Amino acid sequence: MLNQSKPTLAFNLKPGTRLVGKWKRNSYVIQQVLGKGAIGAVYLAKQSDKKLVALKISDKVASISSEINVLQKLAKVRGNSPGPSLYEVDDWLAPDGICYPFYTMEYVQGSELSSFLNNRGSAWLGLLLSQLLEELDQLHQIGFIVGDLKLENVIVTNSPIRLRFIDVGGVTQIGRSVKEYTEFYDRGYWQCGDRKAEPSYDLFALAMLALQCVYPNRFKKTEDAKGLLLAKIKQAKVLSAYELVLSRAVSGRYQTAISMRQDLKKVLILQTKVEQPTATVHKGRSQNRDWLEIFMFGLSSLIFYLLTAFY
Amino acid sequence: MQAGKLKQILLITDGCSNQGEDPTLVASLIKEQGITVNVIGVLDHGDEDSESLQEVEEIAESGGGVSQIVYPQRLTQTVQAVTKQAMTQTLQGVVNQELRSILGDTQSIESLPPSQRGEVMEVVEELTETCDIQLLVLVDTSASMQKKIELVKEALIDLSISMNARIGDNKFSIYSFPGKKKATTQILDWSTKLDKLASVFPKLTSGGVTPTGPALKEALHHYGQAGLLRSLKRHAESEQADFGI
Ligand SMILES: Nc1ncnc2c1ncn2[C@@H]1O[C@H](COP(=O)(O)OP(=O)(O)OP(=O)(O)O)[C@@H](O)[C@H]1O
Repeated sequence: MLNQSKPTLAFNLKPGTRLVGKWKRNSYVIQQVLGKGAIGAVYLAKQSDKKLVALKISDKVASISSEINVLQKLAKVRGNSPGPSLYEVDDWLAPDGICYPFYTMEYVQGSELSSFLNNRGSAWLGLLLSQLLEELDQLHQIGFIVGDLKLENVIVTNSPIRLRFIDVGGVTQIGRSVKEYTEFYDRGYWQCGDRKAEPSYDLFALAMLALQCVYPNRFKKTEDAKGLLLAKIKQAKVLSAYELVLSRAVSGRYQTAISMRQDLKKVLILQTKVEQPTATVHKGRSQNRDWLEIFMFGLSSLIFYLLTAFY
Repeated sequence: MQAGKLKQILLITDGCSNQGEDPTLVASLIKEQGITVNVIGVLDHGDEDSESLQEVEEIAESGGGVSQIVYPQRLTQTVQAVTKQAMTQTLQGVVNQELRSILGDTQSIESLPPSQRGEVMEVVEELTETCDIQLLVLVDTSASMQKKIELVKEALIDLSISMNARIGDNKFSIYSFPGKKKATTQILDWSTKLDKLASVFPKLTSGGVTPTGPALKEALHHYGQAGLLRSLKRHAESEQADFGI
């Protein structure tokens, strides 16, 4: 957020640079830069066993330590833990004499949400949001929210296709003030609530994420901020199926990710019925039931066809 | 460790001081009283001249605080970020001092092994969330700032949304400078919310003088006047004494 941080070595590591951890002595070779943010730079790095990891390095000990704390808490969630998994924590004593803290984590490979939707069709949006809601719910269950949920902080992975959040910088304990946020996604900015960390804060941001996909250039706040958001949801063709769910999220009507996901699933089922059944091939139980319906429908029309052919 | 009371001054200005005492000196004196001075320098497009920029940095440095130069459009995020960073920095200083008293002279968060930093950071974060804070905002309203006043107002209202989401208590007061008779004019006396600000923010004001030094001095005085500090003597024990560590 502070755009003036002096350029430090940690932000300018060249491919081929080898880092050796000061404490654990593991070595990593930088492959390429994955992204740079307010807190640090993230690189793709190769471990000595050739495994690729994402390596986040910074000159801000405090911020990076607090991110590590969060990642360690996420790791305690059973099953698919939300966010990237944490591998190693160490310091790098760089040639410039400065000791940079860093950590390595799972390399989450995939594409940006908006380019994914451009390539594969916007029919995917609902399903992806539903997946993210499942991840949000896991996080909320252990007492945290994502906080800074935004386009830049989510990735669509390839196999399986899944929308995941990757930046834990804003993850905040429920009940505290949101650690990090981005205006466009912040309900405080839109006069739709405060900045206290509670599940509904993330759900508002999720609705804004959907809007951001439809309005890449965003839009300006007006006097009646909430009215504007509701109108923007209504105007967007791509969002018409989700209008009710998104409007409710913007209005703070959902207290849990689960309740929003349930409403969204109802819409998704409708989608399977009429439009493109192939777009939502997914393992959920309700979807199976849908396939059964389609199958039965197909079967009965076949019988009907055969019968009419005979007579 | 329990949360104490943080005292911060946030100076928002767009130019070089040109009247009265040296603001850098005043900032150092204020720091001695246990109050941190943070400065946001508001730029005009095209004027990145380093002179006014330099003063902003110097004032914050001697005031033990954080400084940031921004274009008016980014004021909201910056006011928020600077205030937060200032709080964290002060509290980290407190925690570092505590560490030194336990672990010896050279210890700080940085020198701990990574596995132990996490616990220390949890303490810092907990303190940031729960401490009470008194924030005095000092807004430069000299002629060149007039176009930016609306954005300053928005930024301050937004700041109170963030601050009031915390668990700890907040007290804000706002002064503008130059004032009519004195160096500063009170816009808002100590209060917990800034939402009333929309109506009280003035359409100001006077000519070209920017008495930053005298304004800062009065700001220090306003802390005393509010009766929020028992005595100036206690100040001398510095901020750290306020933390019941
Ligand atoms: N585990 C990961 N796998 C793949 N790419 C990643 C991973 N973590 C981060 N990135 C990439 O690096 C970019 C910057 O990382 P990140 O957002 O964590 O930095 P930051 O300093 O916290 O930035 P911000 O200002 O958004 O908080 C991301 O937008 C993403 O493209």
